Amino acid sequence: MSKKNENGKSAAESGNGANGDRRIKMSGRKVNVFYGSKQALFDVDLDIRENNVTALIGPSGCGKSTFLRCLNRMNDTIDVCKVTGEIKLDETDIYNSDVDVVELRARVGMVFQKPNPFPKSIFENIAYGPRIHGMARNKAELDETVVNSLKRAGLYEEVKDRLDEPGTGLSGGQQQRLCIARAIAVSPEVILMDEPCSALDPIATAKVEELIDELRENYTIVIVTHSMQQAARVSQRTAFFHLGILVEEGDTDQIFTNPKDERTQDYITGRFG
Amino acid sequence: MFSTLLAVLVIAAIVGYFAARNRAYAVAGDKLHGMHSLPSFHGANMAIWVAIPAFLVMCVWAVVSPRVIDGMVLSQYSDAVAGLSTLEVNSFLRDARAIAFGGIASFPNPEREAAAETISALAFANNVIMAAVIVTIAVCGGLFAWGRITYRARARHHVEGALKILLMVCSAVAIMTTIGIVMSLIFESIRFFGKVPFQEFLFGLHWSPQTALRADQVGSSGAFGAIPLFVGTLLITVIAISVAAPVGLLAAIYLSDYAGPKFRAVAKPVLEILAGVPTVVYGFFAALTVAPFFRNTGESMGLTVSSESALAAGVVMGIMIIPFVSSLSDDVINAVPQSLRDGSAGLGATKSETIRKVILPAALPGIVSALLLAVSRAIGETMIVVMAAGLAANLTINPLEAVTTVTVQIVTLLVGDQEFDSAKTLAAFALGLVLFCVTLCLNFVALRVVQKYREQYD
Repeated sequence: MSKKNENGKSAAESGNGANGDRRIKMSGRKVNVFYGSKQALFDVDLDIRENNVTALIGPSGCGKSTFLRCLNRMNDTIDVCKVTGEIKLDETDIYNSDVDVVELRARVGMVFQKPNPFPKSIFENIAYGPRIHGMARNKAELDETVVNSLKRAGLYEEVKDRLDEPGTGLSGGQQQRLCIARAIAVSPEVILMDEPCSALDPIATAKVEELIDELRENYTIVIVTHSMQQAARVSQRTAFFHLGILVEEGDTDQIFTNPKDERTQDYITGRFG
Repeated sequence: MFSTLLAVLVIAAIVGYFAARNRAYAVAGDKLHGMHSLPSFHGANMAIWVAIPAFLVMCVWAVVSPRVIDGMVLSQYSDAVAGLSTLEVNSFLRDARAIAFGGIASFPNPEREAAAETISALAFANNVIMAAVIVTIAVCGGLFAWGRITYRARARHHVEGALKILLMVCSAVAIMTTIGIVMSLIFESIRFFGKVPFQEFLFGLHWSPQTALRADQVGSSGAFGAIPLFVGTLLITVIAISVAAPVGLLAAIYLSDYAGPKFRAVAKPVLEILAGVPTVVYGFFAALTVAPFFRNTGESMGLTVSSESALAAGVVMGIMIIPFVSSLSDDVINAVPQSLRDGSAGLGATKSETIRKVILPAALPGIVSALLLAVSRAIGETMIVVMAAGLAANLTINPLEAVTTVTVQIVTLLVGDQEFDSAKTLAAFALGLVLFCVTLCLNFVALRVVQKYREQYD
């Protein structure tokens, strides 16, 4: 734990100056979200920078998960949900009518709060994405993709002898890393994580956090978390949401040591939320 | 007399309840909180002690006493009944009873009238004694329970115990009835197999159950080969399932994953109305609408379609079981967690990919069991087949011809005036037994499938 803490810190510190200058991978401008007549997000402007971990924090119901789900249009599955404003991935507005949601979600993958492996074998869980996107031309390529994804998710050593066993038989932490491997397998550019550790014990959480830090090299990661310590440990940029408003965003160090807004200060010191 | 006593017992139980409850309040005084059982439990305990033992004795008495009376009458008139057959003795008693209690006697004569007087005297005495005994038992029970209303008495435990026994008796009744029906099926079938060899019934290819009533009767071969019936049943079931499975399943998928909430709110109840249509209505729909339609269509294409065809019956039966399949499958598909749908969508799968590759495999056990339940429903269905598929026991797998099924034959074997010990009527029991075994196996398999794979996705 302590070692990883240092890792997280040193990465954040060393990149401190650079974090703000990294290329913008995704950006939201004047994003408003309505669930029926209730407005969940108000004019959110937020940039997601490449090869960074961006943490979205805030009390329950503040709209951080809603914003996350806008980034790969998971909100489309909710009938009453309406999104206005502009969210760009690279230079395309993902809410443009000619954007294919299926393609978008292949580029912007998602890991959910509760591990949700399919009731299939470990192998099939990982192979699912590459199969539906036709990413492997033959069995050998598929095998390679599966093994690589499992290795990147740090799960390969634990499961290499039982790839045929159901993914639902793994422990909670392993299941969540399986879900991360499953997301990696389709080679996304951005990975969205919705409280990925909230259902895990501290040891499994440490492993997943370690993994997130490693994945940053190749992917852009956005993580919603309730744990301030987790945000401080894994992220380089932090955005604080409150009542549907983006209160403050900036380098994680700055947010946690020297917040500009009083509400941020109150939240991170535990005065509410 | 019986009903009067019963009413008295009920009233006594109610009175006892309130009396015991009040007594318990009195015993408790102002320390109700520390009392072991609430006053209402003491009341219930009292009601049980007043009513139940007396009621049980009454039941036994009601069963035993007529026999005792009969025995006494017969011993008194042993001269009159000496040398009579059992049937004649019964007739004697029946007439005596009829005269005594104001019925119509078949052969009234002085002896029987004398016996009738004896019977009414005995019956009166019996009633008086029974009333006395019952009331005594009820009073004793009441006094016993009354004496046990104390501050620490465990009335709650007694009431709970009595309730448990009541529940046990109810479930025992259900189980015993089933066992009784199965036993009767088995014993009658054994009698049938005494007349018709087992292998001839199970493997014979010819079904013609008309047995000769007279020695010189023509056209009564009495062949009991049930294979044509099994084949007919199978054929119609297969047709029904091949209609119901795709339509029902796809409808379920549409309802659960595609339809908007408004459409769903309307469509589901409408589909369930389909399940509420009486099968006889489906029957004449099949016979009067569907079968002629198939025949005419077939003729226009140059096919010979009999006006009572397996196809018509099977298709209508399929329509009948659509709601089974769709409603059960819909429940199963809905039970697949939303998180799996999200997980699949999050990987960029389309809706149909998600359904085909994630939802259906996860829901498969439930869907299989839904289908098996639908199959056993189809196998047991009678009315549609009687009306639309005909009675001819053809051994054919051509769906355009008339076939018949096990259930239909059971109906035709038993309607009308029949001897109850002929091979013809007994054959119905053997067929019933086969049907019972098949549906039992299907239900068993369905249950096992569900148990084995249930909640695999958790």
